[in-house]
Amino acid sequence: MIDSVIQVRGLNVTYGDGSAVRDVSVDIPARQITAIIGPSGCGKTTLLRSMSRLLDLVEGVRVEGQVLFHGQNIYDPRVDVTEIRKRLGLLAQQPFPLPMSIYDNVAYGPRVHGLRERKALEALVEKELRAAGLWEEVKERLRAPASALSIGQQQRLCLARGLAVEPEVLLCDEATSALDPISARCIEDRLLALKMEYSIVLVTHVLRQARRLADYVIFMYMGELVEHGPAGQVFADPREERTRAYLAGEFY
Amino acid sequence: MSTSVGKHLEERIMLGLMIVSTVLVVGSLLLILATVVVKGAPALNLAMLTQVPRGGYYLGKEGGILNAIAGSLALAGGATVLSFLLGLGVALYLQLFVRQGSRFAHLVRLSLDVLWGVPSIVYGAFGFTLLLMLKMRASLLGGIIALALLELPVMVRGMEEVMEMVPFGLKEASYALGATRLETALRVFVRQAAPGIVTVMLLAFGRGIGDAASVLFTAGYTDRMPNSLLRPVASLPLAVFFQLGTPLPEVQQRAYAAALVLVVIVLGISLLTRLLVRRLSRYVVR
Amino acid sequence: MSAKRWRRSKDRLAGRAMGTLALLVAVLVFFIVVALAARARPLLDIQSPVELLTSSEWHPLQGKFGFLTFIAGTVWVTVLAMALAVPPCLLCAIYLAEYAPRRLRSAIKPIIDLLAGIPSVVYGLWGVLMVVPFIREVVTPLAAQHLGAIPLLRVDNPTGYGILASGVVLAVMVFPVIISVTEEVIRAVPDGMREAALALGATRWQMVEGVVLRRALPGVIAAVVLGFSRAFGETMAVMMVVGNVPQIPRSIFDAAYPLPALIANNYGEMMSIPLYDSALLAAALVLLLIVLAFTIAARVILLHAVRRAT
Repeated sequence: MIDSVIQVRGLNVTYGDGSAVRDVSVDIPARQITAIIGPSGCGKTTLLRSMSRLLDLVEGVRVEGQVLFHGQNIYDPRVDVTEIRKRLGLLAQQPFPLPMSIYDNVAYGPRVHGLRERKALEALVEKELRAAGLWEEVKERLRAPASALSIGQQQRLCLARGLAVEPEVLLCDEATSALDPISARCIEDRLLALKMEYSIVLVTHVLRQARRLADYVIFMYMGELVEHGPAGQVFADPREERTRAYLAGEFY
Repeated sequence: MSTSVGKHLEERIMLGLMIVSTVLVVGSLLLILATVVVKGAPALNLAMLTQVPRGGYYLGKEGGILNAIAGSLALAGGATVLSFLLGLGVALYLQLFVRQGSRFAHLVRLSLDVLWGVPSIVYGAFGFTLLLMLKMRASLLGGIIALALLELPVMVRGMEEVMEMVPFGLKEASYALGATRLETALRVFVRQAAPGIVTVMLLAFGRGIGDAASVLFTAGYTDRMPNSLLRPVASLPLAVFFQLGTPLPEVQQRAYAAALVLVVIVLGISLLTRLLVRRLSRYVVR
Repeated sequence: MSAKRWRRSKDRLAGRAMGTLALLVAVLVFFIVVALAARARPLLDIQSPVELLTSSEWHPLQGKFGFLTFIAGTVWVTVLAMALAVPPCLLCAIYLAEYAPRRLRSAIKPIIDLLAGIPSVVYGLWGVLMVVPFIREVVTPLAAQHLGAIPLLRVDNPTGYGILASGVVLAVMVFPVIISVTEEVIRAVPDGMREAALALGATRWQMVEGVVLRRALPGVIAAVVLGFSRAFGETMAVMMVVGNVPQIPRSIFDAAYPLPALIANNYGEMMSIPLYDSALLAAALVLLLIVLAFTIAARVILLHAVRRAT
């Protein structure tokens, strides 16, 4: 039995008039890359964001069910949500560097969580920038504004920033859709290298990317969990008809 | 045939009227500026700017308007700082701590709209009743409070407009790293909105420094430089108002000079805001 | 562990503190009304509000207070100002929104913003130095000669200080408010409507008059109401040119004594005559309530318009 790091149980998410995620239960395996795939509007982004309580930021959302992390339901009101979010990093589709220097971007998370000592911060910043594959390009200009970087560099910066708080899980929401192919490839390579230490859940609408990266696959359609399993199995021999049809490109 | 000619003629006439109206509007500004410059420039000299009035109760012939300049800067400066602190709290609360559709947020914004339209003399009268209640007299502090109330709606409304433009993804990125609302507010939000916030502060300052009716009751007037929060203080608008009506030409000169200084300050702020926005956008995303 | 708890408490405390501030702001208007009313109470105990508003007897030393004269003065000045301001403002706004080339527009808009920033006393100064002499030397003689028969234009007051002067100054003061709001409202009208009208062969002006203005009408009305509200409460500039004679005006050349001017001119004697302070603060309260009514009216109109459009 593979370890699972997150367990989703009976998750129901409704936005105002419609239901985005209906009765989803699944285990996210640890230290693997899990890809959530499905046609647009199927609820994959909602499912992803529910794992880090980022849905709290959106108006008019109701969440029912449980998401268990380390055995504790993250939707329990007694839980410290900032702790949860620290453990589950987010890499969004559009890179949003914070309005500060490159160095301060990466240092933001650790600083907020209490790390002040300069030497430790500097070491951490360098370590994560290397992990994100950005160190060589920015080591001469750490104090420059982050907004001056190219979009591919910004996304790698966001990756470094997310890693700096030492999460256990990385949630990636279409993390390469906005990038040029070279930057996209670079991010993908980083993710493959990172899965040794981190559990990664990524949402993608590009099947090729899922095939390249995924160890585990979750297929969603119209808010429901249709099928899930090890990547090799789901891609080669899907159990459900809908999965087969989607993989064959019959709808997207 | 005649309708075709008619409608084109109508177009021509209306266009002519529109251009005349626009010229009228622009022309009025030019006339006002011209009046102030023509009367004020001859009155402006080093003595005027660096001395306080002498010779008895601001009707004396000697001296200048330094008391009013310093007083106005103190009043508007203090009021802007006070309304900034209050306004930032309210604006951040409305943007980050409260659900966007909440009735409370709606009530606060409605209130601010109403406060925006309150005439400054009402703020002055209210400030006066406050001073009476607190058994204080007209003073720098009283003027600061009344002006801060006047500037508050300008400040909050302006800050909210600037904050609305901060992209959602930036907020999300900060929260995703485990930051609290307060940390996100102060370390990310305010930094992103900083150039806009500075602009708003300058605009509020400009609004405050030019207002007479609210400081009339609450700040008093004096020949002396501002030296205490609890003593009356002079101000440029009141310097113009009180000294314009005297029969003594030397005193009238001080009124013209004060008017010119006031206009220069306000125009200067306008220019400064435009320049600052450009320079401070260095770190801002997008 | 306690560092994390401290962060959470800081966040919660900050939220509560800011929330309290917001609450104070929400009730501030109410608080102002109450404070002024409390101070005005001694007078209201003796004279009923109705009497206060409809009596034109103003003899503070005898304890007789009636606001009618001053309300009349305010109304005359404000109505004249709006009559003078609204047509050119609408035309100017239409020009800027529909006709002016982009470069001209971006040159003129800052100028209008500048007008908005000029302090009230400077407007008053301009009024005293330019408008009043102009009225005295040029307009009054002409009116006395040719227009004396028309009741509203009779010249009994040759000084130049009066309703006309303050109407002109006030009109220029509200130019920016009316123009900017109107221009925004006009630009918000969807282009599709414009295209439809022009495609039917209408001239630009016909399109504007028939389609754009009709659609933007509520917004324009709101702009005018806002301008009216601003003009009503304006104190300094008006005070410097209106003459400050407490009489019910009969002609635009007459001097008058608007309510804000009353308050501002007499604050010095407020505490020395019994009930004078109550009276003046009651006047401030009346001013506030009227302006409040207009602000809320403008908002309701806009809300109604938005609802109709969607």
